[in-house]
Amino acid sequence: MSTLSRRALLAALAASPLVVSACSREEEYVPDPEALQIYSSQHEGVTQAWADAFTEATGIPTQIRRGTDSSMGHQIVAEGEASPADVFLTENSPAMTVVERAGLLAPVADETLAQVPEDRAPSSGDWTAIAARSTVLCWNPEQISEEELPASMMDLADPAWAGRWGCAPGGADFQAIVAGMLADRGEEETRAWLEALESGAEIYQNNIATMQAVNAGEVPVGVMYHYYWYRDQAGTQEQSGSTRLHYFGNQDPGAFVSLSAGGVLANAAKPDAAQQFLAWITSPEGQQVLVDSGSMEYAVAEGVDSDPALPPLADLDAPPVDPFTLDSDEVTDLMTDVGLL
Amino acid sequence: MSVSSSGTLRAAAAAGAAGGPGPEPDRQRAPGQRAPTRRRPRRPASPVLATLATLVAALTVLPVAVILVRAGSGPPGEALDYLVRPRIGELLAHTGWLMVLTVPATVVLGVGAAWLVERTDLPVPGLWRTLMLAPLAVPAFVSAYAWISVRPGLVGLGGAVLVTTLAYFPFVFLPVAALLRTLDAGEEEIARSLGVGPVGAFFRTVLPRLRPAVSGGALLVALHLLAEFGVLEMMRYQTFTTAILQQYAVGFSDVRGSLLATVLLVLCLLVLTVEVAARGRARVARLGAGAGRRPLPLPLGRWTVPAVAALGAVVALAVVVPVAVVARWLLVGTRIRVEGAGLGDLLLVTGSTVGLAVLGGLLAVALGLPGAVLLDRHPGPFAVLVERLTFLASSLPGVVVALALITLSISLVPGIYQTALLLLLAYAILFLPRAMVALRSGLAAAPPELAEAARSLGQNGAGVLGRVVLPLAAPSVLAGFVLVALAISTELTATLLLAPTGVETLALAFWSATAELDYAAAAPFAAMMIALSVPLTVLLRRQITS
Repeated sequence: MSTLSRRALLAALAASPLVVSACSREEEYVPDPEALQIYSSQHEGVTQAWADAFTEATGIPTQIRRGTDSSMGHQIVAEGEASPADVFLTENSPAMTVVERAGLLAPVADETLAQVPEDRAPSSGDWTAIAARSTVLCWNPEQISEEELPASMMDLADPAWAGRWGCAPGGADFQAIVAGMLADRGEEETRAWLEALESGAEIYQNNIATMQAVNAGEVPVGVMYHYYWYRDQAGTQEQSGSTRLHYFGNQDPGAFVSLSAGGVLANAAKPDAAQQFLAWITSPEGQQVLVDSGSMEYAVAEGVDSDPALPPLADLDAPPVDPFTLDSDEVTDLMTDVGLL
Repeated sequence: MSVSSSGTLRAAAAAGAAGGPGPEPDRQRAPGQRAPTRRRPRRPASPVLATLATLVAALTVLPVAVILVRAGSGPPGEALDYLVRPRIGELLAHTGWLMVLTVPATVVLGVGAAWLVERTDLPVPGLWRTLMLAPLAVPAFVSAYAWISVRPGLVGLGGAVLVTTLAYFPFVFLPVAALLRTLDAGEEEIARSLGVGPVGAFFRTVLPRLRPAVSGGALLVALHLLAEFGVLEMMRYQTFTTAILQQYAVGFSDVRGSLLATVLLVLCLLVLTVEVAARGRARVARLGAGAGRRPLPLPLGRWTVPAVAALGAVVALAVVVPVAVVARWLLVGTRIRVEGAGLGDLLLVTGSTVGLAVLGGLLAVALGLPGAVLLDRHPGPFAVLVERLTFLASSLPGVVVALALITLSISLVPGIYQTALLLLLAYAILFLPRAMVALRSGLAAAPPELAEAARSLGQNGAGVLGRVVLPLAAPSVLAGFVLVALAISTELTATLLLAPTGVETLALAFWSATAELDYAAAAPFAAMMIALSVPLTVLLRRQITS
């Protein structure tokens, strides 16, 4: 390459930010410390829909830091009082409990708590549910008949199921399901189940990969959350077209319903805007944004209906687990012990 | 070193083929690498220069110190329990198998292709030379995405070996081709005249001389494999790097993550040690007076068609498949996304990526300058130590550097926590050797005699720098800058951990789309990364031919 063309290349490289900024819209991908800082391990789409609608309604700019549940919970604890976060939104409540136990949450405003049924916020009032999701078994009718499906999720530990089921134990979703199992069935039974998983389950990157594996017939059944399936069914059906959902019900650990949590940091730089944000996303208007976003998660506020395609939350017969005692660190240790992490 | 740090090739040419700066002057040099500065008494480096170079070297080894301290901060019994368990054995076995299969595969492919292109009468060798470097324009994780989206069953060790071999064999091809091109024909011809066949002569006279180039290239492949995240995560093949990221997803910057990172550090050191042994100390340079002579190309005869077919197959698998699949998903994407909101967003993300790449490239060049000046103008044990420390740090996986910088900044330097500066520092540490090697060859192009002459003609220090040194060194410095910038523009792992809130890059956007298996949404970002990486191929091709 001649010096000339290299210079041309460099000039192009150096000029490209200018070109790009010239044709860009008002928003840019640069840090904005003036905006309300939302730490979110919830799905990007939902979080962004909430943030955009909130900004539109109130004029308060927001900025989202993406992460995963447990990592972000521990990140806020490690950042301590200096944390830049104003609001924390999780996919599953155990990560919020990590922050709550570190004493880093401010009490949620009464106005917000009043919008959500009592059993969807901890008695401390330090955070509130913002959405909910149910555990399901995704199955492929070409691979297995309905009669052969396990009666309980615990049955998957049976050696007969070895190599015939999939899940994503590395993800926070699955770890919340295990936290529910741990609270419901105790350590011994949960450990035995995880050991069976370690030796017998096909391990996937996440829920979507699990669902796609069931769809492709790699495994007959997979443990996951409901909304990935409904979302794909409402869309292209490419990843779930040949699958169906099985709800365990019967207060089985496999019927566990996980709450997504929202909380305001005690050291928030913008405590008022943060409370306003939490109040807004749990308001009928904010919950409608969740429903309309097509995420297919359950709305949790009083008087808001979830997507009509979903079976009602109240009919799922979830296990009687206190969501406010779920401990993600215990789950992590247990999964480390059996060699999954 | 990042998933996509193909530009370290230059470092390989220096570390593997050319030997260090001074102590082994008799080793065969890759083209583009200058001879070491003449041995003659020099004035000692100024204290300012020495201090700056020391500070930069200290900065680059800082991550190692942080990780070790963090790993040792828990109770020793717990650390031992954590490290001595079946899961760690499984990760070791996975990492080992990947290395044992991929490294030899890249060597065979790289040496074979280089020999065909440089030593035979293969038709259109210039085209093949470019095509054999073209895989460098496709980031490995983009290639993995392409394969997995059309062959979802291609997971585990098989898929991982396939994709990494095709993505990384140019690391071997480049130094070997460069060396083959300059190797004198004499010994091979003598062997032939003594009755050895063409193949035998290659194995007995040429191959031994390729040893440093091959081991240097293989070292790069091995280090990339240790640092690889994107490909292996998609292929559902767990190694230490994927396990560190998983631990990060569970516990943020906890002790367990640092323990895993320590094991990875040990593996990196092991690879570096093995390479030193593999390189050997045998003399490989040509003896005798006069200029070397290029050998006559070996006629392929009836092997022409199979040779072309084999190279064509490699190009098809390594380049055509990924590019075609990305193009296909782009088309699918334009069909389902009619509103066309994607383009503006793509430009924004590209803008922030290029911005980071330019700043990171400048920072790496600036940080590389003291060490390069020291090496070129004041060679000696101190300069060599500085250089070696920098190279050592750059062999760290991006995830280790990122984890260390988070751990460090969150408690000790909160002012830079979650800032772009911290991310740029990580880039500079990871890619500093590229800048250093380029700066050194640039400085060698502006020898001190010229500076002295300028001084004798009345120029002061700044005048010498501005009117003599910089104009002569500029091409190499620019090349170094571009190599670093290109590496940054496709970096994934360090960026995942360190990107400031609100910053989005091509690699991040691509990664979050593929995590949701939304292949169509990932395609524009993949295409843009390929487009940005094309200059890399062009730039590196120069190293063979110039």
